[in-house]
Formats: sequence, structure tokens, C-alpha cells
Amino acid sequence: MTESIPHNGAPHKPEIESVAAATASQSAPDREKQALYTSSQWQLIWRRFKRHRLAQIAMIMLAFLYIIAACAEFIAPYETRRDFKGFVYAPPAKIHFFDEDGFVGPFVYGLKGGRDENYQRIFEEVKEEQYPIRFFVRGDEYKLWGVYKTNLHLFGVEEDGQIFVLGTDRLGRDLFSRVIYGTRISLTIGLVGVFLSFVLGLIIGGVSGYFGGTVDEIIQRMIDLLVSIPHLPLWMALAAAVPRDWNSIQTYFAITIVLSIVGWAGLARTVRGRLLSLREEDFTIAARVSGVSEWRIITKHLLPLFTSYIVVAITLAVPGMIIGETSLSFIGLGIQPPAVSWGTLLQDSQMIVNVALHPWLLIPALFVIVTVLMFNFLGDGLRDAADPYSIS
Amino acid sequence: MVDESKLNGATMSETQDVAPSNILLEVKDLKKYFPIQKGLLRRTTGYVKAVDGVSLFIEEGETLGLVGESGCGKTTTGRCIVRVYEPTAGDILFHENGSAINLNDLERQELKAFRRHLQMIFQDPFSSLNPRMTVLELVGEPLLAHGIASGTELEDRVAEMVVAVGLKVEHLPRYPHSFSGGQRQRIGIARALVQRPKLVVCDEPVSALDVSVQSQVVNLLQDLQTELNLTYLFVAHDMSVVRQISNRIAVMYVGKLVEVAESEELLRNPKHPYSETLLSAVPRPNPHHRMQRLNLEGEPADPANAPSGCVFHPRCQYMEDICKMEAPPLAELTPGHHVACHFADSLALQGIAYSDSIAVISG
Repeated sequence: MTESIPHNGAPHKPEIESVAAATASQSAPDREKQALYTSSQWQLIWRRFKRHRLAQIAMIMLAFLYIIAACAEFIAPYETRRDFKGFVYAPPAKIHFFDEDGFVGPFVYGLKGGRDENYQRIFEEVKEEQYPIRFFVRGDEYKLWGVYKTNLHLFGVEEDGQIFVLGTDRLGRDLFSRVIYGTRISLTIGLVGVFLSFVLGLIIGGVSGYFGGTVDEIIQRMIDLLVSIPHLPLWMALAAAVPRDWNSIQTYFAITIVLSIVGWAGLARTVRGRLLSLREEDFTIAARVSGVSEWRIITKHLLPLFTSYIVVAITLAVPGMIIGETSLSFIGLGIQPPAVSWGTLLQDSQMIVNVALHPWLLIPALFVIVTVLMFNFLGDGLRDAADPYSIS
Repeated sequence: MVDESKLNGATMSETQDVAPSNILLEVKDLKKYFPIQKGLLRRTTGYVKAVDGVSLFIEEGETLGLVGESGCGKTTTGRCIVRVYEPTAGDILFHENGSAINLNDLERQELKAFRRHLQMIFQDPFSSLNPRMTVLELVGEPLLAHGIASGTELEDRVAEMVVAVGLKVEHLPRYPHSFSGGQRQRIGIARALVQRPKLVVCDEPVSALDVSVQSQVVNLLQDLQTELNLTYLFVAHDMSVVRQISNRIAVMYVGKLVEVAESEELLRNPKHPYSETLLSAVPRPNPHHRMQRLNLEGEPADPANAPSGCVFHPRCQYMEDICKMEAPPLAELTPGHHVACHFADSLALQGIAYSDSIAVISG
């Protein structure tokens, strides 16, 4: 223990004029230590988070996915509704780098559809038609973010050829483009849904924790009831109540509301629990004894300690929402075509025949799995980092 | 601040005949009952009588030690005095410039303003400091809250206070996580004293600390007391810490005071069987003054269901029939020595030599 000996005698006046001057007059290793000692809770969280390799990878992956969602029109080579006659259930394209003459860069061959002796669809590569894959090609016209009218796409082939990175569906639409577009709904519905549940959870949990007593008791029993209802039937019942004639934006918000009606319960519990324990913490009492106003106690003492836990709870709640949307859309009660989400894409794989003959239709599920995993890794890392009492 | 006209009520006339001139705080018949609620409708089925009729006074500049076992209500008493808990009943009179203010009558706004004079040091140096605030913010917060200082003036006053408790100016931008338990407690002390309070309730300020650090913090509290003319209510369960700092000691058992006396008097000449047992537990550095260790039978009484008569009777080795029936009042036996025991004047109880407390082995 490095306690300094208590002083005796008259009250001291600090010799040093300012705090800045005191910190400036230190050697390099001291300054490094001082940097650790003076780092705020968020800096400490970040410091610990940086040690969590998996969570960092997850964060980068998720950032990448959200960039894809934001620039879907640009990244997807085709529009979602563009159907290619004669290319129904085309398999994922083989990308070649070498032809008979050697290396020529990435290209695809033209495809020729037909049927074999069992009348199954088959596609053959036409060796005479070579379509080099190029970056920034002109294709379907779109409005990026509803503002810039353009027809530039990240990659593609010349007008006569086609590139189906992940194959096509039953109407001959490019699955890759549709997955890219689907990212938009599937990833944002998780965030919007969690945001809504968070607002609900914060208000209801806050009321429950703040007022306590009978109000708390009633709200808690309500949550018990809500949590005991199996999620999928409840979602189904609620989603079935959404009018069929609503447009896709209306349905989108209806579905987020349906998801958050179930989702708020867990967050409300977290909020209430934290609020109850923080309210009784010594430092809140200390602040009250010091004459600090209730408002300042809430904003300065409770909320900052709250946020790290809430961030973790939210991160871990997002995958549930994404799975929820996917399940609802899969059974046809969620997002309605022509809007595209990963769930609606998976509708095509409901029939076992389709899956057996055209296994690429399951690829959207892979995106769901990866996204949910990444959110869980990220939440895990954040939870480890946010614990304020594990200082290493 | 406090409305002067409010103070001229019944409380004024009541106190004038009792109080000696230099009394700072007077507590009269303080009660704090916590309701026990059961069932879905939260019906109140009983009360935990944590503090049940405590009366005491503290003179300006002195330290009153409040000792007792865990759960005897000493912390609750301290917290009622600073109004962290709302007392169920009783008066808490704060004497200032010849007039008395009843803290229990103050409204929220008045109380907030009055809190400058009344501060508290907490037991746990880890949970009593917000981990998200720097030392500067923590110690400066009371000044900011009362609008006493801001900006560079605040920084100067905080720096001065932090140096006075034995920390350094370069500690100001640091967060609590970079300090040891003893240093954190110093931050807590700085925070409590920065607005120059008159009365400080020290709620077991050293019991969470390492023994080697305890005496440093107690010494610091004593130095600051003379420097800043502070009055302490020192709550603790450790008799050896309390006797080092206290002028007078009050012994509490299950919500009631059982004995109050000058420190030396209480140590040498305890009059309540419970005080005797507490004293027998104090480690003695002098091997020639070894005393028989008295072990109490059973558990402390349940404050929700206190025994009849004297609350201590089920564990008292001197118990007679009257103890089961009648609760003894806290009566003055000799000047300044108050005891709540039916046989206070007849029992020959064993105390400890005061010199033992100074830890000198003479031979």
C-alpha cells in the first residue's frame, strides 16, 4: 500500500498553480500510467474491447454488412425485379480466370439452358461466349439514396452476358442481387425493432423501477405473462392482423412493431434491475447528501452507468429481432413481396424439391447465420468489456 | 436558506431549558421503523424497529462514538440524522447561533440548502465513489451543487482539499479505479469536507479498510477535526477504533441506546452488561492486564420482534425477573454517565484500563 503519511499542522495551499501544470511535469512512463489512471470508463471499455479479437472481427464484419445494406443498389449487379427469360434456376456462376490461351482475368462463359433426359433443367457453358467481369459497369438504372440517378454498378459483365454469382430463382431473378437488397430490410429491422423495444422497455422498466410497490408488481407479472407466451405463435397472431393491402413500407413498420411488442419485456427487466440497484448505490446516496439535485443524479450518476449495460443488452437483442423477421417472412406473414428480405428469399426453399434440386436457394440462410453470430460475438465482447469492476 | 420564522415554534422553547450552550446536535426520541410487506398487495404485516427511541446530543467540536453489533441500528441512526432515511418519528435539532433547527421538519428545498452543514463519510470506499467521475468532479460536485464555486475557483478549492487529505494535485484528473481503498476513502473524506460542514456523520469510515491503513485514516480525521473545527458522529462496530477518536461513547443494542458516557469512564467503568462484553473483545497489548473474554450466548435480538422488557435480557448473564417485564429507561447514574439497566448501580462490571488504548507496553 502506498499511502502517504497524513499531514499535520496548518491547512495546506497547493504549491502548483494548476492541474495541467502538474500533469505536464512528468516523465514518459509516468505519463503513460497517468493516461491509464485518467482514462474514463468508456476509454477503459474500449481498451478492454480491443483485447477481444473475436468481437473486433465481428464489429468489422457487421460494419461491412451495413455498408452493403446502405449501398445495395450500387453493389448488386441487377435490380431485384429484373427477370432473365430462359435463366430460371440457373446455378451460381463459375468464375474463370484462364481460357485455352492462358490467364485472361476473371470472366464468365455464356449460359445455354436446356433439359436432360429426365426433363431436369440443365445449363451448359458456351465456350465461345466470354464475358469478362469488370468493375463499375453500366447496368440497370436506379436512384442511389433516392437522390442520384445513375446506372453505375460495382461490378458486372457486358450487356449481352449475365453474371449470377449465387444463381437465380424460380423467375430467373439474380439471387445475389436479391440477397444484397434483402440485407437492407433484414439488418435494419433488427435495429429499428430493438430501438422501439428499447423505448418501450426504458419507459415501462423505468416506471416499474422508479415507482416500485404495486405498480412494479403489476408490470412485472405482466412481463411474466408476456414472456411465457411462445414467441412464434404470438408473432404470427399479431402479424396476421396486419392488413394485406398495406404497402411494403407500412408492412415494414408493422412488423417492427410486432417484433418489439414481444421484445421489450427483456429490456424492461434489465432497465428496472439496473435502476433499482443503482438507486441504492452508496454514491447516489452520497450525491444526495451533498445536495445534488435529483435531476443531476439521474443524468450525471445513473444514466452514464446505465448506458454500457444498455448497449450490451441492445446488441444481444438485435439477433433475436433478425431471426424473428426471418421466421415471420419465411412463413409468409412478415415482409410481403415484392419487398425483399432474407426471410422472403428463404420462402423459395420451403419446398424440399427446390432445396434438393437448387440448393443455392438456401444461401440467404447463411447470411442470417453469419449476421446473428457476429452480433452475438460483438455483444459478448462488449459485455466483457463493459463490466466496470473487472479492471485488468 | 432556512426560514427564520419557522424556528420560533415549539422546538425553540423546548430546547432552551435542557441544552448546554455548546451543543451542536440533539436527537430526541428518534425512531425509524421499516415496514415489512408481504404478498401481492404488499400489505404491511409488521415493522423492523431499526431505531427505537434514540436520544443523544453532540457538543460542538467533540466526537461521539456510536458502537454496537451489526444490525443494531447505528448506521440507520446516522443516516436518519443526515436525512438519507426519513425518520418515522423524533426530533433532530441542529443548534446554530443560539437557535435550533429541527431537521426533521425541513422541506426538500430547505434541506438541500442545509446539507452544507451536515455531511457523511461512507463505509465502502468502492461503492461510494461514482466510477465514471474524476477526483476533481467527485470532490467538486458538492461545491457545484450548492453554487459555492465554479471554474478555476472550484479547481483551487478542490486542490486545496485534496492536498489536505493527503492526496496530490496530479490525482485530480484520475478516476477512482486508479486508487487503493485507503486513497479512495481519502477522496470520500475530501468530498464530505470540501464545503466545510459543521457536523460529519462518519459511517464506519475505516471498517472496510486494511488494518494498516485504518489508523492513518483515523489520524487524518482527527487532524482535520482540529483544523476545520468539525464535530463527528463516529459510527463503528470496533471498540478499539472508536476509543481512539471519541470523546464520548454511546453503546447501542437492537435499536436502543444502552449506555452513554465519557470515553475513559465507559472503558474503565462500564455499567451495562452489554458494554462489558464489547470491551472484553478489545485486544489488549499489555499481557499483564489480560481479562477474561466474555462470550455472548445466542444471536442479537430480531428488531422486528424485540424481546419484552430489556431487549438484552435473553443474552444477559445478570438477568433477573424484572428484566423480562420492564424495559429500563436510559437514566443518568453519575453526571454524564447514562445507563439503561435495572441493576446499573449494583453490578460490578469489568472495564479496561484507559492506558491500554494508547497501546503502550510498560513492562
